[in-house]
Amino acid sequence: MLDLSWLLIAIPLAGAALLLTWGKESDRFGHLIATACSAASFVLGVVLFVELAGRDAEDRSVTTDLGTWIDAGPFRADFSFTFDTLSSLFVLLITGVGTLIHVYSIGYMAHDERRRRFFAYLNLFIAAMLTLVLAADYLVLFLGWEGVGLASYLLIGFWQHKPSAAAAAKKAFVMNRVGDLGLALAIMTMFAWFGTTSIAAVNDQVHSVSGNVATALGLLLLLGACGKSAQFPLQAWLLDAMEGPTPVSALIHAATMVTAGVYLVVRSHDVFDASATARNVVIAVGVITLLMGAWIGCTKDDIKKALAGSTMSQIGYMMLAAGLGPAGYAFAIFHLLTHGFFKANMFLGAGSVMHGMNDDVDMRHYGALRKAMPVTFYTFGIGYLAIIGFPGTSGFFSKDKIIEAALGHSVWVGLAALLGAGVTAFYMTRLMLMTFFGEKRWRDDVHPHESPSVMTVPLIVLAALSLLAGLMALGSWIEEWLEPAAGHAEHHDLPLPIIVITLIVLVVVAAGVALAWLTYGRRQIAAETPADSEVSAFTRAGRAELYGNHVNDALVVRPATHLTRALVWADAKVIDGFVTGGADRLGEISGELRKPQTGFVRSYALMVLGGALVVLLGLLAVTLA
Amino acid sequence: MTEYLTLSMLLFSIGAIGVLVRRNAIIVFMCVELMLNATNLAFVAFARQHGNLDGQVAAFFVMVVAAAEVTIGLAIIVSIYRTRRTTSVDDANLLKA
Amino acid sequence: MMLSLLIAVPLLGALVVALLPRTADGATARHVAFGVSILTLLMSLALLREFDIESGGYQLTEDHEWIGALGVHWALGVNGIGLTMIFLTTVLTPIVLVASWRDKEADPARTNTYFAWMLVLEALAIGVFAATDVFMFYVLFEATLIPLYFLIGAHGTGQRSYAAVKFLIYNLLGGLIMLASVVGLYVLSTQQGGPSFLHADLMDLEMSQTTERLLFLGFFIAFAIKAPLWPLHTWLPDAAASATPGTSVLMVSVVDKIGTFGMIRWCLELFPGASEWASPVVLVLATISILYGALLAIGQDDLRRLIALTSVSHFGFIILGIFAFTSVSMTGSVLYMFNHGLSTAVLFLVAGMMIQRRGSARISDFGGVQKVAPVLSGVLLVGGLSSLSLPGLAPFVSEFLVLAGTFTRSIPIATVATLGIVLAAVYILLMYQRTMTGPLNEATAGFRDLSRREVGAMAPALVLIIGLGFVPQPLLEVIDPAVEPVVNTVGVGDPPPRAPLDLTQQTEGAHE
Repeated sequence: MLDLSWLLIAIPLAGAALLLTWGKESDRFGHLIATACSAASFVLGVVLFVELAGRDAEDRSVTTDLGTWIDAGPFRADFSFTFDTLSSLFVLLITGVGTLIHVYSIGYMAHDERRRRFFAYLNLFIAAMLTLVLAADYLVLFLGWEGVGLASYLLIGFWQHKPSAAAAAKKAFVMNRVGDLGLALAIMTMFAWFGTTSIAAVNDQVHSVSGNVATALGLLLLLGACGKSAQFPLQAWLLDAMEGPTPVSALIHAATMVTAGVYLVVRSHDVFDASATARNVVIAVGVITLLMGAWIGCTKDDIKKALAGSTMSQIGYMMLAAGLGPAGYAFAIFHLLTHGFFKANMFLGAGSVMHGMNDDVDMRHYGALRKAMPVTFYTFGIGYLAIIGFPGTSGFFSKDKIIEAALGHSVWVGLAALLGAGVTAFYMTRLMLMTFFGEKRWRDDVHPHESPSVMTVPLIVLAALSLLAGLMALGSWIEEWLEPAAGHAEHHDLPLPIIVITLIVLVVVAAGVALAWLTYGRRQIAAETPADSEVSAFTRAGRAELYGNHVNDALVVRPATHLTRALVWADAKVIDGFVTGGADRLGEISGELRKPQTGFVRSYALMVLGGALVVLLGLLAVTLA
Repeated sequence: MTEYLTLSMLLFSIGAIGVLVRRNAIIVFMCVELMLNATNLAFVAFARQHGNLDGQVAAFFVMVVAAAEVTIGLAIIVSIYRTRRTTSVDDANLLKA
Repeated sequence: MMLSLLIAVPLLGALVVALLPRTADGATARHVAFGVSILTLLMSLALLREFDIESGGYQLTEDHEWIGALGVHWALGVNGIGLTMIFLTTVLTPIVLVASWRDKEADPARTNTYFAWMLVLEALAIGVFAATDVFMFYVLFEATLIPLYFLIGAHGTGQRSYAAVKFLIYNLLGGLIMLASVVGLYVLSTQQGGPSFLHADLMDLEMSQTTERLLFLGFFIAFAIKAPLWPLHTWLPDAAASATPGTSVLMVSVVDKIGTFGMIRWCLELFPGASEWASPVVLVLATISILYGALLAIGQDDLRRLIALTSVSHFGFIILGIFAFTSVSMTGSVLYMFNHGLSTAVLFLVAGMMIQRRGSARISDFGGVQKVAPVLSGVLLVGGLSSLSLPGLAPFVSEFLVLAGTFTRSIPIATVATLGIVLAAVYILLMYQRTMTGPLNEATAGFRDLSRREVGAMAPALVLIIGLGFVPQPLLEVIDPAVEPVVNTVGVGDPPPRAPLDLTQQTEGAHE
């Protein structure tokens, strides 16, 4: 049964192929087919998960080989898939949240004339994402890796008539390609050093190479992870990616695809185990991104961008945890799962709000929506409690674990994580207050209303999961479950008792909430975004996304544009100049040579005679000499 | 033997000078024929001297080619005359560079 | 006889098409030409059946004396590489013919010659890929210039006569340099027991190092112009910008492949020492080609020039793989030749359909086409994604093999070349963004989506692109055995994995 894992991928892939090739007659029911495919994959995933759980811990990894993909000379890559403890959790997350978002989209995209295509892309995404997490070979992983990039490109740019959406889609793909460059080079390195790209074999052998190779490999993998997970320095695409329809933001740019970088690090944990340098860089990237994302989240008035900043920040937490080595892998995955629930929940909630507000995303135009949209408010509220780490919710367990592990690693990293928790509480409270509390700041023609049940039911389910996913931490279940795939975690001695750490975290969170309430809860909120000149430098920088785009423009885009222009000029003038110049010289020479061509037949005849005489005399001279 | 060759040389030179100095296409043409026949004479003379038929074959070959050439050449001259009302070779200078 | 027949059928077909009465709509000529190309395709499939995949050598060989005094033979034979290229030719020709169905509507009487030249080109290309006699190869190599000259010069658009003359003279120049080398080979073989141009005989020739290098250069320069390698590429964008889409496909996808094909068959096999001597320079030039072509493509506003320049970049990859001398990279290169043929064909043909509808090739004259012509934009996107080597589409497999093989030989070169994948994403997606997305351009409002015929023409190529992306093995199994002998001739080969595979095993081995 467990060797049916490939079917998980095949079902949504078939759905996507069917919907993309079937004509207009499938417009009426195409979305149902897609949802059914995703749901079928989920059901199969649950069955396989149960079967896997029924096995002994050491048997919880089944690899299915579907045959050769590429076999050329000594290079060989197989279509093989591993269903183990790590990938099984991802399968459930992807297909589970994915199915809920399919259902939600039935309502959200009801009036879009290209809805069938939207669902086809969603199915394509599910298939590619499952390929990514099930792959037993790095090259197959790369197939899924770029596949989700394609789906992300198609879905960010789904409303192609908007130039901003098309530009954002392109930007996301190109920046992801920069990351993919790293992953591709990592795979080549694996082939050059180990002669194989199989994940298991590479991780087995990585301890036999020098530390430099392991470090290089780790950094290249990290570059790939940074691109996909919007981590510093490749973070700039994620906020633009909010141009896509909101369900896409929830599924791809919050719950699943952007966490693929964390998955990659955990999946390649032997590489990172072998190189402390690489681990430290992962931690640095995680800390920087976690603070950057939080900063940006504090300043955005666009509800989706505020959430996107938060996503960056939370993935920074996961990266940080993954960089801690065996102590953090399980916590990274744990936070990844809980974040997948509560962030998808909040994105969908934001979508529900937008749905009621005529697709307005500016929180300055919201306010007092808790009465108008009760279901959205309560479910969003649960997500809010989870992300700030309110005791008992899933986020409380997962984030606490990471902060503890960070403190165990280094006080400074721990403090940064702690600071991040406080800021998270601040910006999420700000978002709650601006959206659901305070006074109405609605535009005149807006009449907020609760969304249809096809949209609210997924919200309720996700809210329940956000509340309850903390159960996975009971009795360290998650750490034991992941041990076969992520290695054994030895426990560090903490500088303080756990209960003290927890209390400190709670105090910091409470401070963040209080600060937000003082700033936004008590005071009137302006209905228009204050101009940049009126706000602090801190806010200006956050609004400008910490000048990430400026840096990219100055360092890459503009020089490349100039280089391109210069090359176009040089190609025409210099390289082709040689060619055409050569032709012109020849033309000039022939122009000189044709002057004797006078048109007088008799002068030609004279030349013939002269020529004949010369030849004759020459012959005579040769003969006589 | 020498007489034949001298005659041939004389005829060839007359023809060549004629081609060079005369403007009338018909005359030029006749001079070309004169040159061809001068060579024919030389061919036949040499054939006689060597006692084989190679020279005579060559002479016949030249005659055949000359006949073909006359046909085409005269046709060209006639058509030039029809279009330009002249038979002077100096007036037909369209190929001037 | 099969190979000769494969050359004769399109050639005779061309004759028939040329002699058919010139009707106002040229329908008969089109149908006959299409029939002939399908017949050729079927024959090439039969060839595939006859071919024994396991063996790496030349098969289906024939050898007739042609010019006895010079030792010239009409000698044909294919190995896996030649077979792949012949298959590419026979697959693309019908696709091109169907896609060109409505070309030249303004002057229908010329349809006959247009289609006849295309068939002539097909026949000559097959001949080049099958020739095992270097003289015959040379003659056919040069002969391909004739149909292309007329296809560009007489049936093209814009500055067509400038482009055609530039194309002809540039390539002729290369061909003449190659002729010098062919004559050199003749002299050498005459000195060493009787003149012969046969591939097998030439491989046994003994020559001094200098001779070998000079002869190598003669061939290489000709192939580098044809392929085209930076800085000998400037004829290609001009030619592609003036040719009809169908001509461009045959030129870039098929005829230019003779360059890279020739590098493997003649440069590497006849002059292995010189190839190794030249490889550092060639690898650098190929890497420059990759980045240079890509950067130039980003800066283009003409669709056809853009596609031509992407091809310069792709040819860089192919040459890189060939001169990395590993079996992985070289197998990748041969596969790349096939895949690049498909993906470029799709791009050129779709671009042609866009240009035909809009009456302009400038990218800035398009905009928002996706809204009115979703199928067309979908096909363009798939073609574009294949050009940027998205995994799951055929070109990825070949590009990755090239890079991975090169990486084992030279890490810096492979790393720089890999930058090409980022640039590829930029030039394709930028072009797609500017033509297909955004608000609808007024002038593109009346855009028709693809007709059934057009979809039918593109479908086989798309199916192959997607199919070979997931199942490249059938082609790799044909190519791999043919590449092995070439790699062995050069003698560099694949380096073993750098990490000790199994430490315990190695120490045991050392004790024994």
